[in-house]
Amino acid sequence: MKLQFHPLGDTGVRIGFGERIDPGVNREIRSFVNQLERSRIPGVVEWVPAYTSLTVYYRPWDIRYPDLLKTLKEMERIREPVSDEDVKVVELPVVYGGAYGPDLGDVARINGLTPEDVVRIHSGASYRVYMLGFAPGFPYLGGMPEEIATPRLENPRSRIPAGSVGIAEGQTGVYPLETPGGWRIIGRTPLRLYDPGREPPVLLKAGDAIRFRPVTEEEYGKLEGNGGERKPDGLDG
Amino acid sequence: MGTITVVNPGLLTTVQDLGRTGYQQFGMVVSGAMDPFSLQVGNILVGNPRGAAGLEITLSGPVLRFEKECLVALTGADLSPLLDDQPAPMWKGFSVGRGQVLSFRRPVEGIRAYLTVSGGIDVPEVMGSRSTYINGGIGGYRGRALEKGDVLTVGVNPVPREGKRLAYGLRPRYGKEVTLRAVPGPQSEAFTEEAVGTFFSEAYEVTPRSDRMGYRLKGPRLFHKEKADILSDAIAPGSVQVPAEGQPIVLLADRQTTGGYAKIATVISADLPRLAQAGPGCRVRFERIDVAEAEKRAVEQENLLRTLEIGARNN
Repeated sequence: MKLQFHPLGDTGVRIGFGERIDPGVNREIRSFVNQLERSRIPGVVEWVPAYTSLTVYYRPWDIRYPDLLKTLKEMERIREPVSDEDVKVVELPVVYGGAYGPDLGDVARINGLTPEDVVRIHSGASYRVYMLGFAPGFPYLGGMPEEIATPRLENPRSRIPAGSVGIAEGQTGVYPLETPGGWRIIGRTPLRLYDPGREPPVLLKAGDAIRFRPVTEEEYGKLEGNGGERKPDGLDG
Repeated sequence: MGTITVVNPGLLTTVQDLGRTGYQQFGMVVSGAMDPFSLQVGNILVGNPRGAAGLEITLSGPVLRFEKECLVALTGADLSPLLDDQPAPMWKGFSVGRGQVLSFRRPVEGIRAYLTVSGGIDVPEVMGSRSTYINGGIGGYRGRALEKGDVLTVGVNPVPREGKRLAYGLRPRYGKEVTLRAVPGPQSEAFTEEAVGTFFSEAYEVTPRSDRMGYRLKGPRLFHKEKADILSDAIAPGSVQVPAEGQPIVLLADRQTTGGYAKIATVISADLPRLAQAGPGCRVRFERIDVAEAEKRAVEQENLLRTLEIGARNN
């Protein structure tokens, strides 16, 4: 498909790759990001990949829209294929259910499954990080089996602990920091998806693959203790 | 050693520079000064690099006691600043002696003032920036707005200079009616033709539900052709998103990096400082321009800042 270019005022250009969430579209976007990383176009500040688009931010006093467009269209012509072989696979240990996943029972009931079924299905699938947004390090994941899709809570919780793994409709995600939220929480990971004192501060990147591995509470405690990581809000000390 | 003691923090006083760029692909909010023009001019007036950290002061200003002599400047909104009990100048570098107190009375024009100090406010850099991102609890002074009893330190200016003054004719004016230039898109096709026409012709009011994240406006309803939701994509500074109820929201410094509502237009970067100075009740109109014109305005503003910077260095 031919790419669509739209200006975002005088500091951004949105490149549209399609209309649907799709692994092929995601590959095209990753290929484009790889080219952007390598080519270091003067005046380009940063870029934000999303489900079906890639937005490139620039400084208009260093490069003008028509010139930037020309450079980007040149990249479109090159279109390097990316393979899935060099994809980074990140494994997230998760304690499912109990105090860590208070909505596991509801997710099972709503879908006519047992909690064990939900854990098996959720941890059996492979996921892809399509984009990060909403909060620092929050991954929008594709690939969750439809059998465990569950509507959001009618009344969002005012406080969801960092690391909580949730389901909203056909999506699953992990809360990188403590925020309010309406996703059904089925478990929690001790890994810090976001730590402002770490470089890079965010664990995941668009294009990464994710697997969830069920662990016991005991293992969770050990993993959390290891590494002596900072609190996710960066306020310790 | 402390330089500035916060006797009273005011309504919302935060440390800001030009923002935390480079991490948006990880969902990291940019933050930074709501009115970057005023912050940069303030820095130039005290001999700082344009992107040094200063204090963003909102509507009801703080009371600050200086424990050391400092060269400072106040730019942006006129919040009736007082040095001890004498009016302090705006848009002009001036010296504050040890033990002197800077305070503010009522807002006269605009809502955000910037206090810059020669050497810059010295807080740790987080991801390359000193800007406070309150909701994320990072940057600035301990990741939060200033509170009573906080003590700020100031960096060392390697080339201290005397204070400069901005020519009177170059000072921005902040009115109750603001016309903002905007480039249509990137999802203007999600709206009816009438909605796009309405957006670029009718007046909208700034509501009290407006903050550093975004300005919620109130006015004639904007109708979507089908639905307001899109697959989430990037939000630029000045993006105007319109949720299902049809009232526009202009996204600003603390905006989320991505969002799921259709965006009818983007306010040009050169006009965002004037919106940032508009408080609740101000009326906003949008004027349609194209990218070339928008870029021209951005380059003009950048050139003015560069000229001021060179001028301050050379005399």
